[in-house]
Amino acid sequence: MFKIVHAQFLAPGIKRFVIEAPRIARKQKPGQFVILRIYEEGERIPVTIENSDPEKGTINIVVQAAGKTTTLLNSLETGDLILDVVGPLGKPSEIKNYGTAVVVGGGVGTAMAYPTAAALKRAGNRVLSIVGARNKELVILESEMRAVSDALLITTDDGSYADKGFVTDKLRQLIQNGTRIDLVVAVGPIVMMKAVSELTRKENIHTVVSLNPIMIDGTGMCGGCRVMIDGKSEFACVDGPEFDGHKVNFDVLVQRNAMYRTAEQQSMEEYKHSRESEHACVATSSSTTSSSLRGEKR
Amino acid sequence: MSPATKSNNPLLPKERIKVPRQLMPEQPAQERAHNFEEVNLGYSSELAQQEALRCLECAKPTCTDYCPVGIDVKAFVQKIVIGDFLGAAAKIREANVLPAITGRVCPQEDQCEGKCLLSKKVKPLGIGYLERFVADYEQRMGTHIVPHATPTGKKVAVVGSGPSGLTVAGDLIQKGHQVRVFEALHEIGGVLVYGIPEFRLPKQIVREQIDYMRQMGVEFETDVVVGRTVTIDELLEEEGYDAVYIGTGAGLPQFMNIRGEHLNGVYSANEFLTRINLMKAYKFPVYDEPMLDLHGKHVAVIGGGNTALDAIRSALRLGAEKAYVIYRRSDAEMPARAEEVHHARQEGIDFQMLTAPVEFLSDGKGWLTGARCVRMELGEPDASGRRRPVPKEGSEFELPLSVAVIAIGTSANPIVQSTTPGLDTNKRGYIQASEETQRTTRKGVFAGGDIVTGAATVILAMGAGRRAANSIHEYLTTAAW
Repeated sequence: MFKIVHAQFLAPGIKRFVIEAPRIARKQKPGQFVILRIYEEGERIPVTIENSDPEKGTINIVVQAAGKTTTLLNSLETGDLILDVVGPLGKPSEIKNYGTAVVVGGGVGTAMAYPTAAALKRAGNRVLSIVGARNKELVILESEMRAVSDALLITTDDGSYADKGFVTDKLRQLIQNGTRIDLVVAVGPIVMMKAVSELTRKENIHTVVSLNPIMIDGTGMCGGCRVMIDGKSEFACVDGPEFDGHKVNFDVLVQRNAMYRTAEQQSMEEYKHSRESEHACVATSSSTTSSSLRGEKR
Repeated sequence: MSPATKSNNPLLPKERIKVPRQLMPEQPAQERAHNFEEVNLGYSSELAQQEALRCLECAKPTCTDYCPVGIDVKAFVQKIVIGDFLGAAAKIREANVLPAITGRVCPQEDQCEGKCLLSKKVKPLGIGYLERFVADYEQRMGTHIVPHATPTGKKVAVVGSGPSGLTVAGDLIQKGHQVRVFEALHEIGGVLVYGIPEFRLPKQIVREQIDYMRQMGVEFETDVVVGRTVTIDELLEEEGYDAVYIGTGAGLPQFMNIRGEHLNGVYSANEFLTRINLMKAYKFPVYDEPMLDLHGKHVAVIGGGNTALDAIRSALRLGAEKAYVIYRRSDAEMPARAEEVHHARQEGIDFQMLTAPVEFLSDGKGWLTGARCVRMELGEPDASGRRRPVPKEGSEFELPLSVAVIAIGTSANPIVQSTTPGLDTNKRGYIQASEETQRTTRKGVFAGGDIVTGAATVILAMGAGRRAANSIHEYLTTAAW
């Protein structure tokens, strides 16, 4: 069991958890992730590590509610327990002094981009960061990113904050302005990482993306996380999650991530339904989150 | 026979041969094809005693010689004859800490039973069935004899809780060492829980065996990926372990690298079985882990080993209308356990032998619709000693499929090797370890099971575990390397 020592929403639907996990905290490096399982009947899902504190023995994870498990996870509060947290998984980002690095974070992907940006900065790089979100409310980790970047550029799809547009617009501007770029790191939605990779391919700029395929064990056993790299199968959990963006077949990733859409929707519908009926029944009781978790499994 | 081992068997050897091998009671094929309950139901005491009477009590028993962990078969069978079932269990436990498991999953026909003297004239002694019987009897009675050894003060870390790791842990705890087992997954048991399905090895059996090990004092820690969460060097230098055993098991699934392998509907056997066995996807939506709905679907597994049969028989139980095994060689070369092939045929699995897929076909939207296959014929023997399959010209045909499961083997998991300096590996990435002592190229570090040999069987991994435990004990008591 792993204790949540602090839980806080960073944006609507995006929550940061500080979790007691001393072994993981000691070993975590930028680019790595954890897999967690909330309760006995739960699935295993990979989750971004945003930061860790080896002294306190805690890790920070950032979770955006999308399906049932992430929605349930985001209903947990300080003091609640998570059944299993395993990691740090995946190969760490390759950190060295490249010269100038552009770190692009899209949406909740910013949480995974942040430790890499910080490490690149510490390694002596000039770090230019680009953070994109759908709207003002969903821009996360702005001050954290600013603190580790020589410059921070922000875009929102609807223009409700900073500049209207996409992260690729900013990257294109940098390139057009003649900024020398030695490395681009992009973490976020698949369409974003694909667009970034297509843009930098033309300019021949080394580009690293962090892939998020469906995963079960995450330790190099099941092979569920296979992605197509340069026409061959590789495994995101042990060969990645970071890959050369110019070699990734993003279309296969999109296709494979859609494999369980029907089941995922069914889970979500049943979950919402059970929450509604539970609220109707026990409107006056102050049931704790963990007991409502158990209750919803009935 | 020496007077010291005077037989209690009332039958003369020539009478014993006339006793037919006692059949294993099993669930009817039509019924079990639709449930995950265990296929074999186990001997009654009467059946077990009747079967035990068949043992010829050879002066030089070859069954023990061909048992990877060296169980004294003759001795435990003699105890069954006189009705001392707990004594029989204790006898087995001297050599094998997981009898309820090996009694169910060992390829006995290639080992003890394959060498049984009876098999020259009639069917061999049902050694596996008898082993299973006494282990289950012991469990039902709840009267485990829990041995307690004098503590030696030495600490051993075991990496991986599969059959080889459990064997090492069970053997070393009985020698008085402190043992902690680290497991990457959330459940203890390795392939016994994620790989082998409920109908062949009920998970309750695995849990009971592990509970017994806990009673003996073995400690378990889940959610630890050694190499990532903690390294071998940290275990030795910072956590105070005197020796480490690496039993991390089979690694990443191999694929065929044919067109269409990335399509939705194409699984590796490891993923398919992990979803079903470990994550209980067959109980979706009670359990959250999903899998593709197989009801009324055509499903094929590629491969001819136990994993392949486990996968396709699971697919059948999940409602597949047609369930095929596609294997490129013939019956004789199939590596699966004979009993599993027999059971699978009874259940209606369609074996497409001497056949191999050359391409997976798509609906144009990323989903599998079938496989283009080719028929094979057997040519000259290859490096494995088995006759090499050669495609027959003009024999291509299409097989409509919604799901294909690839079970053609695994390659080495790289995590421990890549994070442990000085630990040598072979060309295929498996850890180098002495066949006698299971010692690696790092002092104090031992390895065994699939991470050394490549994918093999539960009992071979246990055999390696047994050798490793002896050799770790020697190292801990003499400090000689």
